Amino acid sequence: MLDPQSLPAPALARHDVGRRRFLGYVIGGTTLMAAVDLGLLADPARADIPTLPQPAELYDLNDLLTHAAMPTANLITVTMNEDGTASFALPRAEVGQGITTSTAMIIAEELDLPVDKVHVTLAPARPELLFNQLTGGSNTTISTYTPIRVAAAIAKKQLLEAAAILLGSTVGSLVAKAGVIEAPDGSTATYGELATKAASPTTKKVSVTLKADAEFAVVGTPQNRVDALAAVTGTKEYTTDLQVADALPTMVCRAPTLNGTPLAVRNKADVLALPGVTDVVMIDTGVAVRAETFGQCIDGVRALDVRWLDGPAAGQSDADALAHMKKAELPMPALPKNPLARTVSADFTFWFRSNSAMDTNSAVADVRPDGATIWAGLKSPVIAQQAIAEELGLPQDKVTVNVVQSGGSFGRRLFFDAAMEAAKISKAMGKPVKLMWHRADDARAGRAHPLCTSRVRASLLGNEVLAFHQSHTSVETDYRHGLGELITANLAALPTNLGNLGFAETIFVLTQEVPYNFGVVLQTLAETDQRFNTGSMRNIYSPDVRCANELMVDMLAKEVGKDPYAFRRKLLRNNRVRAVLDKVAEVGQWGRSMPAGTAQGIAIHKEYKGASACLVEIDARPETVNREVRDAVTGPRVTKVTFAIDVGLAINPRGLEAQMQGCINDGIALALTSSLHLRDGHFMEASWDNYFYTRQWNTPPEVEVIVMPSTSEEPGGAGEAGVAATFAAVACAYARATGTVPKEFPINHHQISFEEKTRIPPVPESPVDGLDHTY
Amino acid sequence: MPEQTFILNGESVTVEVEDDVRLLWVLRDLLGVTGPKYGCGINVCKACTSHINGRAFNPCSVPVGAVKETDEVTTIEGLPATAAEDQRGEHGLHPMQEAWLERDVAQCGYCQPGQIMAAVAVVNRARREDRAVTDADLDGIRNICRCGTYTRIREAIRAGEQQM
Ligand code: FES
Ligand code: FES
Repeated sequence: MLDPQSLPAPALARHDVGRRRFLGYVIGGTTLMAAVDLGLLADPARADIPTLPQPAELYDLNDLLTHAAMPTANLITVTMNEDGTASFALPRAEVGQGITTSTAMIIAEELDLPVDKVHVTLAPARPELLFNQLTGGSNTTISTYTPIRVAAAIAKKQLLEAAAILLGSTVGSLVAKAGVIEAPDGSTATYGELATKAASPTTKKVSVTLKADAEFAVVGTPQNRVDALAAVTGTKEYTTDLQVADALPTMVCRAPTLNGTPLAVRNKADVLALPGVTDVVMIDTGVAVRAETFGQCIDGVRALDVRWLDGPAAGQSDADALAHMKKAELPMPALPKNPLARTVSADFTFWFRSNSAMDTNSAVADVRPDGATIWAGLKSPVIAQQAIAEELGLPQDKVTVNVVQSGGSFGRRLFFDAAMEAAKISKAMGKPVKLMWHRADDARAGRAHPLCTSRVRASLLGNEVLAFHQSHTSVETDYRHGLGELITANLAALPTNLGNLGFAETIFVLTQEVPYNFGVVLQTLAETDQRFNTGSMRNIYSPDVRCANELMVDMLAKEVGKDPYAFRRKLLRNNRVRAVLDKVAEVGQWGRSMPAGTAQGIAIHKEYKGASACLVEIDARPETVNREVRDAVTGPRVTKVTFAIDVGLAINPRGLEAQMQGCINDGIALALTSSLHLRDGHFMEASWDNYFYTRQWNTPPEVEVIVMPSTSEEPGGAGEAGVAATFAAVACAYARATGTVPKEFPINHHQISFEEKTRIPPVPESPVDGLDHTY
Repeated sequence: MPEQTFILNGESVTVEVEDDVRLLWVLRDLLGVTGPKYGCGINVCKACTSHINGRAFNPCSVPVGAVKETDEVTTIEGLPATAAEDQRGEHGLHPMQEAWLERDVAQCGYCQPGQIMAAVAVVNRARREDRAVTDADLDGIRNICRCGTYTRIREAIRAGEQQM
């Protein structure tokens, strides 16, 4: 059988005729395999985008991520199995966002097979896919929708042809339904029976026409997740659940300052003598302990006596980091000169925030002299494979990188910190390891959304906004997971005025826009300071940028004596945004009378080929703010959220609703409760009783998410799309409830609401009194 | 090495390990029962929530030596069997698990075994107090979900309570 991955690039598919007509392959072999070039969607015509002041409107991050597919001509395949199921290995990472479900739905749709008969697995690192195996920017469905449909449609076409021969009928007279093909005389054949008959001995090119949207029976209908049963029975496997022979639990003892490094271990023999401990080795990031159980790893880490070299932020607090960053703030561009114009200005600060997921950084690594195998939740497995191979001194093809489902990502799994660390440890020990970061490591030394400021200046003449300038300044956002390389590879595809920008600026320009008629609109970004471990967090710049500019929109509305909703409505330049705004205003009863100390807030967002709006109600009365919950932050309570989202084509409205519900809780956390505090060179937060992500006592009792009817034939992104509007709406509501526009986020950053846990040793001891707290 | 014996999901198990190793690691690393998840190791996140003698507890904070031979430990894997057969739903699961499926609660799913075990205990506690689950009960659930599935968790607990 011909290996689909070894097909020469020129022989690959290119779509030609008709909007729904595409070319793909039937791969030669003994069972039916339909294949398509994953890059087939990319449309080179989009490269001639005219220069305009707000490029994100015309060419956004998703176009860039989609274009990244262009030079990578490689195949993805749908295989029909003899048991009547179809299988597909998705070259993306499932981290909770639901792409295995939406992908199964897309295949089920074209193939006319029940969704539960489609098995979607995660493909291991496929270096030939280059940048087309990166899960980010909520781009999965946008970039894979059409190619996957084409592969499934080719499989169905083959099945029909095989059935026509078997049933002595013609393709045109056959009806396929739920995995069974029926001839006019009532005779039937199942996909399972046809799987081998529909196989082709040789690889051949096939053209196929996709279903028209009007015929959709699965896409666009609410579906439950394909992994839900495994999740509720505890059988869904995450990296630390994998049983790999001899890969014993392993943890790392880390420095008391951020990114500090070990110089010497003073008591290695003592630690090796502890019960269960098998190995202790020093690596660049700390000292690794391997043991029979993770509990014994914790004991070993706590017992280690290590001499450390301070990290680069030693002695610093977040106030120092802010002062340092402010030096990098660029002068604001001059507003238009008009003696009658008034200037409205506001400066906002957004503190460091942790993107630590419930499932901490982890990886299994088995490094041998002649090859290595890695298992981890990875959104950029190809880059991980390259980097690990280089570190281990192995050829890239000797490193197998398996992608495991992960318990959340929020941006963190774009990086492969744990996979790299596990590889180093396994090599140093000469044994397989199952590395897991302690929660304290994950919170303190894991990645954070960078500290940033947003300065906004607007110029008003009468009731007209003449100009709107926003200067965003941030601690450097790390794009070294390959998004940066992706951009380098695609610079030629960018509109000409973007070609010279740096990575961060490019991302900024491709994602940010102010969708209002505000005269001269200018948004800029400056980044500085590489001492921190950073990354995106359920979106990159948008939540902070949008929060700052929507607060400013409310300030402008107030300045001209307009209602925040009416003011937005009048000045919005985009009908889809206006439609979602109207929707939340209507359903959420904008303007209803509220008691003093409580208020509504309304905000919009536009990104990911979609539009969203959020209306929240907040209760900031003292009796609510000061309510007590043990070891927790209470504060103002968001009591009700009405959210509307238009993603173009919603593949799975139930999944989209779930993602928006999650995003709402993220937006609330950003506004009200969660940040990291840098003190004396390290982050203080070591667990969830220090880092206050939204909890049940903060979550809104009333939440309504409205998925707008499809406005497009193309799906938009979902995983992160709801954070920005929610964050902004909560901030606006808080300002209206209290009469003061908050300037720092989260609003409680300056109250330290916990006692810091131990730095030496770096992880806390597990309690022993669990049986005193049963309920 | 000391022998530890207790009842796990209806069956007596014996394992050789020091007394002070927390039960979570005995379950996960030695017995291969991986439904209870690690999220903090200090009784904060509640991802490891399981039941002991019918009450919710957090095995990350219980030394295995403190668990008696007669103690019944139930993890998510053993939850279906705790419901009477006629109470189990279409997937043969505990009504709370079925409610979770019906509402499609899980996103990444990592916190969900702990959420479900906590939910069952919250309903049972209310029953012992001869009352229905209140908003205050829901507000008081300490299990973290970093994917933010709280809205559907609340809905599923209300629905599961009806079927329990
Ligand atoms: S791991 Fe047990 S409560 Fe967090
Ligand atoms: S579903 Fe992901 S942490 Fe709860």
